[in-house]
Amino acid sequence: MSEDKFKIAKTIVKSRLIVGTGKYKNLSETANAIKASEADMVTVAVRRVNILDKKKPLLMDYLDPKKIKYLPNTAGCFNSFEALRTLRLAREMGGWKMVKLEVLGDKKMLYPDMIETLKSTKVLVKEGFKVLVYCTDDPLMAKKLEDAGASAIMPLASPIGSGLGIQNKINLSLIIKQSKVPVIVDAGIGTASDATIAMELGCDGVLINSAIANAKNPILMARSFKNAVISGRQSFLAGRIKKNYFAIPSSPKAGII
Amino acid sequence: MINLNMAKIQLNGKKITIKQKFSLFNLLQKYKLDKKKIAIELNGSIVTKSMYKKKLIKDNDKIEIVHFIGGG
Repeated sequence: MSEDKFKIAKTIVKSRLIVGTGKYKNLSETANAIKASEADMVTVAVRRVNILDKKKPLLMDYLDPKKIKYLPNTAGCFNSFEALRTLRLAREMGGWKMVKLEVLGDKKMLYPDMIETLKSTKVLVKEGFKVLVYCTDDPLMAKKLEDAGASAIMPLASPIGSGLGIQNKINLSLIIKQSKVPVIVDAGIGTASDATIAMELGCDGVLINSAIANAKNPILMARSFKNAVISGRQSFLAGRIKKNYFAIPSSPKAGII
Repeated sequence: MINLNMAKIQLNGKKITIKQKFSLFNLLQKYKLDKKKIAIELNGSIVTKSMYKKKLIKDNDKIEIVHFIGGG
């Protein structure tokens, strides 16, 4: 079998498990969980520096951007203007061109505003960004994002941080089947088996934050997700058996005494 | 009394006073920030890192200094 490589916009990403860096108890736990997950790409947020506390530890001191791929996000942005501003600053910080775009439309559901998202995708692609786009699981919108030049489609499994797992396998499958760019299931994954299911559906990767960071033992959960993603991918590649209504014996009938 | 040697600015939403002819580079030094780890927006426009020494801060300037933090 040829090597199963995961590429986003020609960049090889060594793990199909992408992890978020939010919600951990502290930066040392963040670093340990990410190490255990063996992720090659992590999402990061852009925020104001705390000017009142000069000694506050920095994420970059715990996660070296030379060793792990930073994927700046636009979490908390509710319109195109805010999202573009955030990602332009992220690019200035260290030349990050690969970014995760999310433009939210509702504070309670944190559901993406797809009109603003599509608008922002077009602008960012024009400016040379490689955009991974957080989106609804609507196949038509996913296609529009791909046509607009998105480098990856990131449909939600269920609302951000909800842990409700995959709620619409059919839509995810439709998106996976039609997309020529990678499909990464983002948001709502609750536990490792959800990630396996996503991978078995044929998606190219998953993005996990809360399910690891808020687990009782985040380090162990990170390792569990690593295995779950590998397992799901191998299962997808191996090709599952058909479902039958009746039993089919596993032992041969011939030679029965 | 107005002190002509000082400039009142807004940094990350907070009002602060700095010396006149203070550059963005000086501002980073004051707050012990590494330019490799931050980005600066001056009155809504991004300032490229190569301009930090040349760009002098004026009265009423609005400055945002951002960095990466944990996020999903």
